[in-house]
Amino acid sequence: MIELQDIHKAFGSNKVLQGVTLSIPRGSSLVIIGGSGTGKSVALKCILGLIEPDSGTITVDGADVHQGDRDAFLARFGMLFQGGALFDSLPVWQNVAFRLLRGALKRPKAEAREIAIEKLRRVGLKPETADLFPAELSGGMQKRVGLARAIAADPEIIFFDEPTTGLDPIMAGVINDLIREIVTEMGATAMTITHDMTSVRAIADEVAMLHDGVIKWTGPVAEMDNSGDPYLDQFIHGRATGPIEAVR
Amino acid sequence: MSLATPLATLGRTVLSALALIGRVALFALSTVTHLVRPPFYGREFLHALVQIGWLSLPVVGLTALFTGGALALQIYAGGSRFNAESVVPSIVAIGMARELGPVLGGLMVAARVASSIAAEIGTMKVTEQIDALVTLSTHPMKYLTLPRVLAATLAVPVLVAVGDSIGIMGGYLVGITRLEFNAAAYLKNTADFLELWDVVSGLIKGAVFGFIVATMGCFHGMHSGRGAQGVGRATKSAVVAASVLILAANYILTELFFSA
Repeated sequence: MIELQDIHKAFGSNKVLQGVTLSIPRGSSLVIIGGSGTGKSVALKCILGLIEPDSGTITVDGADVHQGDRDAFLARFGMLFQGGALFDSLPVWQNVAFRLLRGALKRPKAEAREIAIEKLRRVGLKPETADLFPAELSGGMQKRVGLARAIAADPEIIFFDEPTTGLDPIMAGVINDLIREIVTEMGATAMTITHDMTSVRAIADEVAMLHDGVIKWTGPVAEMDNSGDPYLDQFIHGRATGPIEAVR
Repeated sequence: MSLATPLATLGRTVLSALALIGRVALFALSTVTHLVRPPFYGREFLHALVQIGWLSLPVVGLTALFTGGALALQIYAGGSRFNAESVVPSIVAIGMARELGPVLGGLMVAARVASSIAAEIGTMKVTEQIDALVTLSTHPMKYLTLPRVLAATLAVPVLVAVGDSIGIMGGYLVGITRLEFNAAAYLKNTADFLELWDVVSGLIKGAVFGFIVATMGCFHGMHSGRGAQGVGRATKSAVVAASVLILAANYILTELFFSA
């Protein structure tokens, strides 16, 4: 269970999070939606400890994320970054097996490569891809390699930051299906940030709408269309008029 | 009001400069403390050693060769005013070993390496690769900064030693071909007047300059702004800061080593 309690975060005078309270039950898939610049990525990075909140508490299974063994904490997570964030200097298989080649989860090189190739196959990439460098891959392939890296060490919790941004609808569908399959298959807790409503419907068990630094609505994906919340309604139907200002 | 505004601006500038110095000092200190705390990334260190040391050899060598030759011509021209042309071999050797080898070597490495480190790490930062490292339980200071700083601190003295030798050879070639020195006498003069401390002090300077170059590259890369402009600014700042600090450190070290 991941719990955020009254999280505040400001960058200078820009108050990004103004009291975010949210809980994600173990094994469920939560998707956070909201306009650009509403603090979705900041919330996610706060959980990972990449950004320290100004106030509030974040716990994972009851333990404060800012206390205890940091490596052991991070070993429970996998993360797919918006742009893939693959390491340019390493071939694809070493990107995927990065965690397995060093640190507490270190395996022999041959075994790590084998696992990397298996994970690449899992996300629909051929073994030949393993020895290419990230610059040699298309955007969709980079996303899939990023996904393979996120699941390489079989994490308990996986975060997806805009998993379909910049992809064509077919590739976006492939990524959505992969995420859903992987989360179901691994029994992992998942948190996804996206603007893409097709993704939301494909990936989410629960949906949370973030606006003006607070969670405006949260509930099961099935109830999203009949929520009666004017913010959520405007967002999911992409209307220019409503409580969310089009010019921000 | 008219007096307060420039004073306020001056105050803000001074405070901002002091804050920057503090951040750089803490960054350098943090790098050094990581040296004694595992894990160590040997492959990253070797890669950095090749990039910083081996691949900088041509540029440092060529710089030293031409500088040694030009130095010989200048000393000969200056010395001839006092009938002291015979000092060319010894002054070329001492000048290269104490000053020009380490300073020019350091500046060439600053131009080549500080820019490349800042651009690489800055790009990694804006493309979230640094965040990715953290989520993969890898400390960016250990994985990116420490190997580069250690490699530069060890490689630049070697580059300086090679540069000294090539620079002295440049002076020798000009001496025997253009200035009509006897080859054996030139070499004997060089060996007779060059002391061990001349060379060692230059190598110590090289180590300090290497540390400065890599630390500035890493610091500005890690603190790069967003986008191409942010990376460009980080690269420029790294080279400028490294060059100025090398010259400042050179003066301080020269005071420490050679002032009476």
